Amino acid sequence: MSEPIIALYVFVLACFVGYFVIWGVTPSLHTPLISLTNAISGIILVGALLVAGFESKSGAVGALGFLAVLLASINIFGGFVVTQRMLAMFKKKKK
Amino acid sequence: MSADTLALAYLVSAVLFIFGLKGLTSPATARRGNYAAILGMIIAVVATLASPEMASYGLIAVAVVIGAAIGIPLALKIKMTAMPQLVAMLHSFVGLAAVLVAIGTYLNREAAGAINTLLMFELAVGTVIGAITFTGSIVAFGKLQGLIGSAPLVFKGQHWLNLLIGLVIVALGADFVANHHFVSLVLLTLLSFALGVLLIVPIGGADMPVVISMLNSYSGWAAAATGFTLENKLLIVTGALVGFSGAILSYIMCRAMNRAFLSVIMGGFGVGEEAGGGSATADAAEKGVNTAGVEDAAYWMSEAETVIVVPGYGMAVAQAQHAVKELMEVLEQRGVGMKFAIHPVAGRMPGHMNVLLAEADIPYDQVFEMDEINPDFGSADVALVLGANDVTNPAAKEDPSSSIYGMPILEVSRARQIFVVKRSMRPGYAGVDNLLYYRPNCSLVFGDAKEVCEGLTAAVKAL
Repeated sequence: MSEPIIALYVFVLACFVGYFVIWGVTPSLHTPLISLTNAISGIILVGALLVAGFESKSGAVGALGFLAVLLASINIFGGFVVTQRMLAMFKKKKK
Repeated sequence: MSADTLALAYLVSAVLFIFGLKGLTSPATARRGNYAAILGMIIAVVATLASPEMASYGLIAVAVVIGAAIGIPLALKIKMTAMPQLVAMLHSFVGLAAVLVAIGTYLNREAAGAINTLLMFELAVGTVIGAITFTGSIVAFGKLQGLIGSAPLVFKGQHWLNLLIGLVIVALGADFVANHHFVSLVLLTLLSFALGVLLIVPIGGADMPVVISMLNSYSGWAAAATGFTLENKLLIVTGALVGFSGAILSYIMCRAMNRAFLSVIMGGFGVGEEAGGGSATADAAEKGVNTAGVEDAAYWMSEAETVIVVPGYGMAVAQAQHAVKELMEVLEQRGVGMKFAIHPVAGRMPGHMNVLLAEADIPYDQVFEMDEINPDFGSADVALVLGANDVTNPAAKEDPSSSIYGMPILEVSRARQIFVVKRSMRPGYAGVDNLLYYRPNCSLVFGDAKEVCEGLTAAVKAL
């Protein structure tokens, strides 16, 4: 199996996992769901790191990579912190 | 770190992300889920930094520190009512990052002489999705923040223009893939930026829950496309999870408004919000609806066994959450059972109202979704509607000629007595008269949601 086909397999199977996991999320947590998915889509940082850390990159690419790392980092830190903040507010009735 | 170790680390991260999302099944496990996702992110980043592909670290640490310095204070300070704006802004960052990564990857690989047709194709797709996500999210942010009008911007030939731009983008993409013209990639990026703006401007402010979900989805697909380019399975898995999450939320929002996804995207729905005039009470008398004072409503509620509160976006606009919480406390002291009923599209993004109520310390086990609470309205003594309108309109069930017919509603009209807190008689965003107001068991209490709630609290205390 060639690399792109393996990638396609992974993608399609991940779509099914996503489908079932997301339908299980309680509607009351849909806003934290969006902020959490926002945080984890900051995983694009991995791509940004690979661009910024590439061996024979030019100065311009270095700048692109720097900006991409910066943007992805804002997403990751901002996304996780705001999710945590919201989830901390959800409390049960004190008995 | 070998390539296999790296791949295994990514697998662990992907599993942790899935556990993270799975945690949101219940508020009791949600925080653990968030920690799992954070751990997954740390593993992924550390593994990448240790991988042989990282030849130099340069200013990476500086960029991450600046990112943290911007992101953390932003997340700590943001008001819960402004959550949709924050989310829109963060989506735009993912989009732009995807574009930058695609272009950077192309330049790197070209310099290293390692490009092929498939890579070019994946790059082009990633760039288009990323660019549309970027500018689309900026427009959504502008609308939510009130920087640009939230009314839909429609003009003649809009859809044809979008189609034309789309076709040119495809042509440029084909040229880039076949002939490796870098200029085509640049033009394609610029046109995709324009398309992102054009796709969101016709969508009205009230359709924002769908727009937010849709852009959430796009940001995921952008990450997945980047994953294909870099042959990085973690990006592919995460992108697919996020992409599906947004897509499912879009579907749920459309279903809750009884609208086709395509019709939301095409836009033009939801005209100017501020209309009408004249005295609210005079309008009401003319139309033959009952009105009630705060004292009447307070008396009814204090004598009730159960009161169901139906909050809408109007409550959030009036910043009335905390006033509602106080009202809830004084009523509970008198032995009244309090419940909250939430329609899926209450608020400006999915689940927004739940967060606003949670912020006001209203326990989540007293907050119910539409399907859970609808059977309870029949046995409720009082329903208090705060700033919600269309989602309570019985016309959706009873009047096949109504434009909202078929929309799932909160069956408020089945309560013994209904009080609707409203500022004026003007209709809701669908522009439809609410049949609820003409029911004999319904009374309107005119005023700002916050002031009325404070008045109710004072009146209950005085009883």
